[in-house]
Amino acid sequence: MDARIGVVTFPGSLDDADAARAIRIAGATPVALWHGDADLHNVDAVVLPGGFSYGDYLRCGAIAKFAPVMSLIIEKAQVGLPVLGICNGFQILCESHLLPGALTRNDHQHFICRDQKLRIESTETLWTRDFSPGQEIVIPLKNGEGGYVASEATLDELFAENRVVATYLGGNPNGSYRDIAGISNKAGNVVGLMPHPEHAVEALTGPTTDGIPFFTSVLKSLVGAS
Amino acid sequence: MIDSVDIAQENPDASQPWAELGLKQDEYESIKQILGRRPTSSELAMYSVMWSEHCSYKSSKVHLRQFGEKAPKTDILLVGIGENAGVVDIGAGWAVTFKVESHNHPSYVEPYQGAATGVGGIVRDIISMGARPIAVMDPLRFGPADAPDTRRVLPGVVAGIGGYGNCLGLPNIGGELVFDESYAGNPLVNALCVGSMKHEDIHLASAKGVGNLVVLYGARTGGDGIGGVSVLASETFDADGPAKRPSVQVGDPFMEKLLIEATLEVLHAGLVEGIQDLGGAGISCATSELASNGEGGMHVYLDRVLLRDASLSPEEILMSESQERMCAVVTPEKIDDFMALCKKWDVEAVVIGEVTDTGRLVIEWHGEIIVDVPPRSVAHDGPVYERPFHRPSWQDALQADTPTAQRLARPSTPEELKQTLLDLISSPNLASKSWVTSQYDRYVMGNTILAQPEDAGMIRVDEESGLGVAISTDCNSRFAKLDPYAGAQLALVESYRNISVAGAKPLAVTNCLNFGSPEDPEVMWQFSQATTGLADGCRELGIPVTGGNVSFYNQTGDIAINPTPVVGVLGVIDDVDRRTPMAWEDDGDLIYILGDTFDEFAGSEWAHLRGHLGGLPPKVNFAQERLLSEIMVAASRDGMITAAHDVSDGGVGVAITEMALRANTGARFWIPDNIDPFVFLFAESTARAIAVIARTEELRFTEMCAARGLSATRFGVVDSGLGIDSGYPGEQVIVIDSLFTFTVGELREAHEATLPALFGG
Amino acid sequence: MARVVVNVALKPEILDPQGRAVQGALGRLGLSGVSDVRQGKQFIIDLDGALEGERAEVMQKLAGELLSNPVIEDFTLTVEN
Repeated sequence: MDARIGVVTFPGSLDDADAARAIRIAGATPVALWHGDADLHNVDAVVLPGGFSYGDYLRCGAIAKFAPVMSLIIEKAQVGLPVLGICNGFQILCESHLLPGALTRNDHQHFICRDQKLRIESTETLWTRDFSPGQEIVIPLKNGEGGYVASEATLDELFAENRVVATYLGGNPNGSYRDIAGISNKAGNVVGLMPHPEHAVEALTGPTTDGIPFFTSVLKSLVGAS
Repeated sequence: MIDSVDIAQENPDASQPWAELGLKQDEYESIKQILGRRPTSSELAMYSVMWSEHCSYKSSKVHLRQFGEKAPKTDILLVGIGENAGVVDIGAGWAVTFKVESHNHPSYVEPYQGAATGVGGIVRDIISMGARPIAVMDPLRFGPADAPDTRRVLPGVVAGIGGYGNCLGLPNIGGELVFDESYAGNPLVNALCVGSMKHEDIHLASAKGVGNLVVLYGARTGGDGIGGVSVLASETFDADGPAKRPSVQVGDPFMEKLLIEATLEVLHAGLVEGIQDLGGAGISCATSELASNGEGGMHVYLDRVLLRDASLSPEEILMSESQERMCAVVTPEKIDDFMALCKKWDVEAVVIGEVTDTGRLVIEWHGEIIVDVPPRSVAHDGPVYERPFHRPSWQDALQADTPTAQRLARPSTPEELKQTLLDLISSPNLASKSWVTSQYDRYVMGNTILAQPEDAGMIRVDEESGLGVAISTDCNSRFAKLDPYAGAQLALVESYRNISVAGAKPLAVTNCLNFGSPEDPEVMWQFSQATTGLADGCRELGIPVTGGNVSFYNQTGDIAINPTPVVGVLGVIDDVDRRTPMAWEDDGDLIYILGDTFDEFAGSEWAHLRGHLGGLPPKVNFAQERLLSEIMVAASRDGMITAAHDVSDGGVGVAITEMALRANTGARFWIPDNIDPFVFLFAESTARAIAVIARTEELRFTEMCAARGLSATRFGVVDSGLGIDSGYPGEQVIVIDSLFTFTVGELREAHEATLPALFGG
Repeated sequence: MARVVVNVALKPEILDPQGRAVQGALGRLGLSGVSDVRQGKQFIIDLDGALEGERAEVMQKLAGELLSNPVIEDFTLTVEN
């Protein structure tokens, strides 16, 4: 029986279909979740995809956190539901306080789309188990508001607790403090990532297939789960 | 007091500001004849906008007819010229619609919003055909790269295209970036969109079925884009006086994204009888076109339109160019379902009228009839001009000024040739465009197979079968200035060749014709020559024009821009896995030049760097282009070819540099016998491509070329180990015969530094 | 009738690239001696009746949670009754 991974569509979500494709390629069944529907349909994990939910009005991800489906996701995430927030999804996770810190405008003020080199710093999260520590990968980065910021105390804590999931290599593309590209919560079930693994799952369309392990990792944690 | 039909009849001699609205005296008289009375101020507003050059094509119609008259016989055209966009059959039940449009003047006034709303407009044209948009491209042209005005306009335009397109979730897969003195003060911002659908999803803009409801949905209507109509507001009997209305349209891509999703859902649910997007001339255009194409009659209650600004007058509402609005015709039985789907996506919708059989478009405002016109007279039977044209007096002298070796000193020593290549690849027109393209999302939707800097953009349409389409846009306006007839054909064959080199079979053509003032007989001559050239060229190549756009009045004072007929070609590929990319890979792979090189430098990038424009552009050879295309497509399909690149701007020297940079791998080249190195490296002859062939495929490939009569000359070999012997250990190196050597590193530095230095990091 | 004006700006320690860009532009366009520019947002909220008691508390809470992101932004709130 295939694992079921939900992908939420908010008004303005753009990479939801791509996240669904990545889930399929990893060997699980994607389940479409509608923002207005307070029902997770028994999924085993959730992906909050990239895009411009609610047009990035107010602040990126600020309005999405009030969607009916989000109150359920926040509740379940606090008791172990694996949640991966990609780009706009990362912004939503920070606004929802499932992850610390915030994402701000790229320091050079432009939207940037490039094939980004990353180092996987933590392989202890539910979404990064299939990598080896320090593994270098290349996946697409595309955002205008990708600068991760947090207080010095928070940053120290993230590194000390091995909760920095990935860092930027070969130059910082957006001004993120300490080159942070992704982080996790304390329990390791909630991960926020700025770059887009779902765009690196097919050799034909992506720079590499380095994105696949993000999606296969979570399947391992679901084996034998109730 | 509103100027109603009754008042117009009672007050026949009221003076009206038809001249301020851009109408001519005879056009005003013509309107009075059509109506049998003077028009109301609302009717005058409608005619003035719908009969404007931009909406009615009055100066271009007589020339554009050729696209239909000379159209090659083809069975791939599902919807031809005349609709919002042409639709092409690509096989397996799939169809593709594509079109390119201009938004030149608004982008000069407000670069970000002008460019953004240009993207919005073309995307709406595509969804109104029933297609899901799948990619965008942007041909952009600016004045000199180091001009202050370019620095004002270019970053805003690029940010606007990215800001709008990225938010819609459409990959930007290509375009052009050209700098030329001719565009100073008149930048060209053309926007292309491609959409895909199944055959059964095709919808047309017609209002059929008496009693069917006309629904306006999307953003609320505000005062955007109303230019001259403010004059009317001051001419009404209203005591409030003229209102200041912004003449720039402001776009909201989030609203457009919702509009796309809502529209596709209502279309797929079969809830729509006819559909039209609101572009130039807003509600005036949508209602008159829908009515004109359908039963011929419509009754509209204008006061039902949802407004952002309650102080708008009815004339202003009719003329408003507020973005992100669509108009659908829905049967009474389906209206509830239609409204429910709009609500799901938080898209406002309101019934503003119904289809009638009266043959009139009647518009009411709080019970008073303010418009009562025959819709065809507004939408289709506008004035048609036969503007006078004649060949410019300077054309002969220009064509006689060929850049021969005597006229323009040519580089000959190895150092001079080396410097020439460096100058070319670092020049603004040929330098790396990634400062621009990295501001665009190329990955969204996960179906982008090829994007800039590849020759064509390629999108996978069917994930299961691998069926895909490729698109390219091209125009060398210097060639078009030297000879507009040939220039249009040269744009066509270059686009055609770019598609073929990527492995796709060319199918159809769109165009965006950017010219100066049609009131200038020399410009009009250029236009007539270019349209004739394009129509003749399409017939030669067997691919039809499916639609396009004309932008006139691109000039400041007396000086028109170079004639710029941008041509876009769309092609199909059965399996995107077979596509031909431009980067070579394996050591030992052989590099061939296909086609023939002649001493042709008129209008070339080399001559441009020397400040020279003169002579006749490179010769067009349709038979050779067709042959090259067939061979490239066949070679791709049969796996004979590992990489390929079109040869155009800057000639072979620039083409191999672009391939080396893409591959990040070195190669060794030798100049073929019996040709001057400068000519071989930098001439811009047509019908040529560079092909990279594995040794195991070489015989098969060369035999195919020989059998078909295409010259194929081996002139290089891929080699990642050249660094040591050339004095650059550890580096990738390009060796050009015994003439000169470059490291890929120094080429990359020169290539990539130019745009960031000009426009900021 | 009450009008509430909430001004939101990035905390001083957060990089404000937009404010910095505006500062550069002001200088280039002839305004000398600009020591700092911060770019923020202003919300103008018109309410029926006066803003007092529990409603005032709700307004204050929303200003700090919805209208601004407390991780990176500060806000000020003024009321005109």
